[in-house]
Amino acid sequence: MAHADTHDHHDHDHKPAGIGRWLFATNHKDIGTMYLLWALFMFFLGGAMALGIRLELFKPGMQWFDPGFYNSLVTNHALIMIFGAVMPAWVGLANWMIPLQVGAPDMALPRMNNYSFWILPFAFTLLLSSFFTAGGAPAGGWTLYPPLSLQAGDSFPLTIFAIHMMGISSIMGAINVIVTIMNMRAPGMTLLKLPLFCWTWLITAYLLIAVMPVLAGAVTMLLTDHYFGTSFFNPAGGGDPVMFQHIFWFFGHPEVYILILPAFGIVSEIIPAFSRKPLFGYDAMVYATASIAFLSFIVWAHHMFTVGMPLAGQTFFMMSTMLIAIPTGVKVFNWTATMWKGSLSFEPPMLFALAFLFLFTIGGFSGLMLAIAPADFQYQDTYFVVAHFHYVLVPGAVFGIMAGVYYWLPKWTGHMYNMTLAKWHFWVSTISVNVLFFPQHFLGLAGMPRRIPDYSTQFTDWNMVSSVGGFVFGFSQLLFVVLIWQCARGGAKATDKVWDGMMTGLEWTVASPAPYHSFTEAPDLTGVADSHH
Amino acid sequence: MLNRKMLSALGGLLAALPAFAYESSYNMTQGVTDISREVHGLHMTVFWVCVAIAVAVFGVMIYSIITFRKSKGAVADQTMLHSTKVEIIWTVIPVLILVFLAVPAAKTLVRMEDTRNADISIKITGYQWKWGYEYLGTGVSFYSTLASTSNEARQLHSGIDPNSVKDYLLEVDHPVVVPVDAKVRLLLTGNDVIHSWWVPDFAVKKDAIPGFINEAWFKAEKIGHYTGQCTELCGRDHGFMPIAVDVVSQEDYAKWLAAQQEAVKAAAAPAATTAANTAASASATL
Repeated sequence: MAHADTHDHHDHDHKPAGIGRWLFATNHKDIGTMYLLWALFMFFLGGAMALGIRLELFKPGMQWFDPGFYNSLVTNHALIMIFGAVMPAWVGLANWMIPLQVGAPDMALPRMNNYSFWILPFAFTLLLSSFFTAGGAPAGGWTLYPPLSLQAGDSFPLTIFAIHMMGISSIMGAINVIVTIMNMRAPGMTLLKLPLFCWTWLITAYLLIAVMPVLAGAVTMLLTDHYFGTSFFNPAGGGDPVMFQHIFWFFGHPEVYILILPAFGIVSEIIPAFSRKPLFGYDAMVYATASIAFLSFIVWAHHMFTVGMPLAGQTFFMMSTMLIAIPTGVKVFNWTATMWKGSLSFEPPMLFALAFLFLFTIGGFSGLMLAIAPADFQYQDTYFVVAHFHYVLVPGAVFGIMAGVYYWLPKWTGHMYNMTLAKWHFWVSTISVNVLFFPQHFLGLAGMPRRIPDYSTQFTDWNMVSSVGGFVFGFSQLLFVVLIWQCARGGAKATDKVWDGMMTGLEWTVASPAPYHSFTEAPDLTGVADSHH
Repeated sequence: MLNRKMLSALGGLLAALPAFAYESSYNMTQGVTDISREVHGLHMTVFWVCVAIAVAVFGVMIYSIITFRKSKGAVADQTMLHSTKVEIIWTVIPVLILVFLAVPAAKTLVRMEDTRNADISIKITGYQWKWGYEYLGTGVSFYSTLASTSNEARQLHSGIDPNSVKDYLLEVDHPVVVPVDAKVRLLLTGNDVIHSWWVPDFAVKKDAIPGFINEAWFKAEKIGHYTGQCTELCGRDHGFMPIAVDVVSQEDYAKWLAAQQEAVKAAAAPAATTAANTAASASATL
C-alpha cells in the first residue's frame, strides 16, 4: 500500500477464556473460525452421503440401501452441502476478511453475528434428527416439490423448521455484511476501491435478503398444506403444484449465484496477486457481477422447461438464460486478460484459482447448452444436469473457498502451511474431481436419469469410473484437514504480507496472525490511489 | 499463428464428429423422429460452438500460463488496466453467437409445441410407480409396469446379476404400441405426484402433473422398440417405472388395436349386459 500506516500499536488481545469465548463470541475472527470449521464438518458429512450414493451406483443392482433411504441420502446431501457447507463457508470467509479488507475493527452487528452462527447447529440437528423419525429423513429431493414432499412422514416439520432457521441465519449474516460494508469502510475507501471479494459479497448479501424470505414462504405454504388443510399446491383443492416450482426457483436461481458470486470475488483477488498485475477491467467486473445478480431474477423457469409452459414463456426463459453468458463471459475474459503479460507464479491459492477458471468455465459451457430449451428436453433431470451443477459447485464454489483458505490461512494462523502437502491436495483433488464428474456428462447424454438408485446395465462403465473418482476425491480432502491442523499448530512464521505477490488489500498491512482486535484506528485512504484505475 | 493452430485443432476435432454422433454410450441419440434429429443437431451445434470458444479461451489461458511465468523472468505490464475497445469486442461477439444459437432453437421449439392434426391420441397417467395408457376413442387402456425379471433382480441383495437380465430396468409388461409415420399426440397427467415421461429417441420429455394435462407429440419414422424412464423424482421406486414403446407398421398396429378391443369385449362378455357398460366406463376412467 502506498500509505505508510504500519499499525504497530500494541494489541492487547484480551481473548475471553474457555468455552465462553466461543459460545458468547462477538469477535468477527472467532465467529469466522467457527463458521469455517462448521462448514468443514458439514462438507465431510455431506461428502459421506455422496460416497454412499457413489457406493450404491458403483455397479447395477441394489447392493447397499433401500431405494427410499437412497433418496434420503440424495436429498440430505444437497441440503447439507448447500446450506451447511458452502453458504456457511462464505459467511465464515466474509466474517474473517470483510472487516480486515475495509479497515473496520469488527463486523457492524457482533451480537447478531453470534446469533446467526449459533442457529446453524440447531437447524442441522433438527434436519439430521429426521433420519430417526418414522418414515425416515426427507426423500423428495432438496427442491421439495409437492405433492411428493407432502408424502414425507414425521420428518416433514423438522425439515421445514430447519430450513426456516437456516434462512434466518443467512438473512442475519447478509444484513451484517451489508451494514459493515456500507458503514464501516475506512475513510477514503470509496465503493470503487473495494476489494472484489467485498463487492461480490455485497451483491450476494442483497440476493440473500431478496430470496431467502421467498423460500421461507414456499416451505410455510407446504407446511400449511400438510397440517392445516390449505390447498396452495393441492390440485384437488384448487391449488397448483407447478406454482410451488415457480416460487421455489425464484429463490433457487438467485441461490445458485449466492453460492458462486463470492468465489468470483476471491478469484478476482488471487489471479492479480499471483500475476503481479492489477485486475483487468475492475469496473467491468463489478458491473458484470451486478448484471448476473439482476439476470438471476428473470431466468428461474429454465429449471422447469418440461412442466408445460406456454411457448412464449419457454422462449423468454431460454433467451434470458442465454444472456447470462455475456456478463459471465466478460468475467472469464477479464481474468484471462489479467494473466496476459503478467508475471505468474503458482502458489496453492493460484493453483486453485486456475483450476476454478478452467473448470467453472466448463460448467458454464454446459450451462449454455442447458439454456437451449429444445435440447434441454433431452438434458432435463439427467446426469448431464448433475455434471453441470457439480462442475460449477465443486471445482467452482468449493475450489473458490479452498483458494480463499489457502490465500488467507497464514494471515489467520501466523504460520505458513506445508506447501508440498497443499500441492498434493490440489493435484489429487483436481484430477479426481474430473474423473468424478466428467463422465456424468456422458451418462446423462446417453440417457441416465438423475436421482435413481439403480440403472440399466449400459451405464455401468462410466458409473464405475465416476465412483472411483468420487472416492479418491472424498478421501483426498483429508489432506486438507491435516494441512489446516498442522498450520494451526505451528510452522514457519508468516510475514505480514505472506506472499511474494501483488496484494493490495488492507488485510496485508496488519500482522500475521491478524491481531484479535485489528483496525481500532481506521487507516486513512483519502487521496490514496488504488491499483486498478 | 495462434489462430491457425486453433483452427487446425478445431478441424481435427470436427473430423471426429461422425464417430461421436452415432455412438450412444457417451452422446445424445439422434433418435427416430424429425424433431429428435433437429434437437440432436442443435445439441451438436451448441456443443461445437462451446468447443470453439473453449479452444480460443483455454488456448489464451494456457499460453499465458506457459509464457508469462515469473520463473522465466516475465515482468508484468502494470499499465494494462482496461481497454474499452477490447471490452466492447468481447461483449458483442458473444451476443452474435447467442443470436446464431437462439434463432434455430426457437424455430424447433415452435414445431415441438404444435400438437395439431394428430393421427392418434394417447392419454398417459403417471402413478407411483407405473404408467397408465389410454388410447382415446378406442376403449383400449392398460397399465405398464416394470417387467418381473427386472423387478426380481432389482430387490436389495437379490443375488441376481443384472447383466443376466434382458433390458434390465428398461423392460415392461405392456409396452405402448404405436404405428410408424403417424403423428401421436400425448396427453399427460399425474395421479399422485409429479412424474415425467421421457423417450430419448423421440426427444419427448414432458411432466405428468396432478391437476394438469400436458401435451406432447412424436412421429416415429422407424419401426422398432424404444425405451425410456421416468425423469422426475416420484418417490421410492422412481428408478423402477420405465417406458417402452413398440413402433410397428400401420397394419400391425391395426391388428394389435383390434386384438386389444376384442380382449376388452371378452372381459366384459361373461358379465351381465348391464355390467358391460360399467366395464367400458371403468376402463375409460383409467
